[in-house]
Amino acid sequence: MNIWRAVIEALESLNGNKMRSGLTMLGIVIGVGAVIAMLALGAGAQDTILGSLSGIGTNLLFVFSGGEDESIRNPEPLTMGDVDALDDSFFAPSIQAVAPVLQGNAEVSHGGEVSTVTLTGITPAYFPVRNYTVIEGEEITEEHILGRASVILLGVEVADTLFGRRFGLIGETVRVEGQPFRVIGILEERGGGMMGSQDNEVLVPFSTAQARILRRSPADRVDVIFVQAVDADSVLEAEEEISQIISQRHRNAIGENDFTIFSQQDMVDTASSITGILTTFIGGIAAISLLVGGIGIMNIMLVSVTERTREIGLRKALGARKRDILIQFLTESSLLSLVGGIIGIFLGWAIGAIVGLISANSGTDFDPIVSLGAVLLATIFSTVIGLFFGIYPANRAANLVPVEALRYE
Amino acid sequence: MDDNVIVTHDLTKVYKMGLVEVHALCGVSLEIKRGEVVAIMGASGSGKSTLMNTLGCLDQPTSGEYILDGEIVADLDDDQLADIRNRKVGFVFQSFNLLPRSTALSNVELPLRYSGITSGRKEKARLALESVGLSDRIDHRPAELSGGQQQRVAIARALVNDPAIIMADEPTGNLDSKVGQEIMDLLLNLNKESGTTLIIITHDRKIAAQAQRIIRLHDGRIRKEVAA
Repeated sequence: MNIWRAVIEALESLNGNKMRSGLTMLGIVIGVGAVIAMLALGAGAQDTILGSLSGIGTNLLFVFSGGEDESIRNPEPLTMGDVDALDDSFFAPSIQAVAPVLQGNAEVSHGGEVSTVTLTGITPAYFPVRNYTVIEGEEITEEHILGRASVILLGVEVADTLFGRRFGLIGETVRVEGQPFRVIGILEERGGGMMGSQDNEVLVPFSTAQARILRRSPADRVDVIFVQAVDADSVLEAEEEISQIISQRHRNAIGENDFTIFSQQDMVDTASSITGILTTFIGGIAAISLLVGGIGIMNIMLVSVTERTREIGLRKALGARKRDILIQFLTESSLLSLVGGIIGIFLGWAIGAIVGLISANSGTDFDPIVSLGAVLLATIFSTVIGLFFGIYPANRAANLVPVEALRYE
Repeated sequence: MDDNVIVTHDLTKVYKMGLVEVHALCGVSLEIKRGEVVAIMGASGSGKSTLMNTLGCLDQPTSGEYILDGEIVADLDDDQLADIRNRKVGFVFQSFNLLPRSTALSNVELPLRYSGITSGRKEKARLALESVGLSDRIDHRPAELSGGQQQRVAIARALVNDPAIIMADEPTGNLDSKVGQEIMDLLLNLNKESGTTLIIITHDRKIAAQAQRIIRLHDGRIRKEVAA
């Protein structure tokens, strides 16, 4: 008996009891659909997060004050002295640029509109280091720094909130914590980040922020130092150089640095491992429903074997060998789960697409990705489930004694 | 070729029902010639079903010898028995036993499928249906056929593999006497034309009387053989 014939016969038999076949398949449909949807959402989330991380800027290192855990007491704050030491191509040849930053929340207003934004005091190096560009106007220059100029660059979200538009704002005046600042440029849109929108941000000269808005003690304190390595390969060397220079300046004991260096790669690794764990975890839960679907198939196939005992007896009387009966029932169960699996793939894909639409409408850029791998995995897995859970009932059918099977009522 | 299509020697069959042993066959020895029409009669419990199952290779005897068409049947395993049934035995059952979802043609084709024949199956099945006078019903399903027609399909199915013997178990039991007689005539005709040995298990004297020989069973033994 060839396979094609067996498939046709199995289809006929499944077709003979549509309701039951459909309900049996539903278990697999839901299982596979859930697995596909979860994998798609997981892959989409990973993509979105990694995408926003790579938007931070390549070859980037962050230096914070404070140790990685609680064991370091009274960490010495980072200062402009540290910044200048790092910005030395003789002692730190792997470092391309150093951008010190003061960062805090501030109230920005124009006319009647008020908005709480992230205010960042920067130096000109900030633009290349963080990949920032302006869509209109100019960047903050060394002159602005030296003159503690009251100038400001607005993120597009801030511009939208205060003015309702993004262009033609150069020369306008906004108030930051009550002090007037002249708008000299609008930043290019950057999209969502890990810590809220990166577009709800304003940039002012470092010296201005230091002197008038974000006063720190000691006065030359720096919140974060962004460091750009020469290229991607020298990130590790740059990290080493930073560590050496600052620990020397802070007189840290060996292994007790009072600052932390964090690279973009560290963030990517952390984020991937978190989304990976989540995907595996949710996918695992979905796989359980696939298992339950498989047990459903076994159950129904057992009922089917009992119901068709006479037919099996007849087939054996006419010369069917054990193998023929086995193949017949295995074909039925694996067809059930294969077809269920294929429908499930479409269901999962549809769920993913709907979630994508909903999140697109709520402003988050999030595309669930149904990968070929996930589709193959689901197809193979569901067929294997059909085979596996079909073996017991099929074996039972194949081992029926023809005399007794024929007599069965 | 041997003259006898069936030779048995001292067949016994013992069923164990818990602690009790039931002797369904107690030393049955018989010979059936090629082309012969034989009726096996007996009351229920006489062992005639067991004898039919054994002769039809559906079941193995507990002891004794059985040679069907020159092949020793005892000691064959399940799959070899299935193969013998497929090639040498055509079954006709009281309740027809057709596959309800398949057409007459596919029903008749079924034994060919299990015999591994790949080409010309449809044609052979069509010829078999023609020989039982149903060439205009090949695409009908069992539910669309009368009882007599269903039994004809079953007979065509029994014939399709050119078996050595046809085992008919109460072939007229589910039919009224007129249609039953038609079926008997058909079976006897086919026997005359093709020379296939016909074994009829029945308790109907009228049916048995049409055989050339009647074997009567009683308590698992052959009580007497009479020429009909």
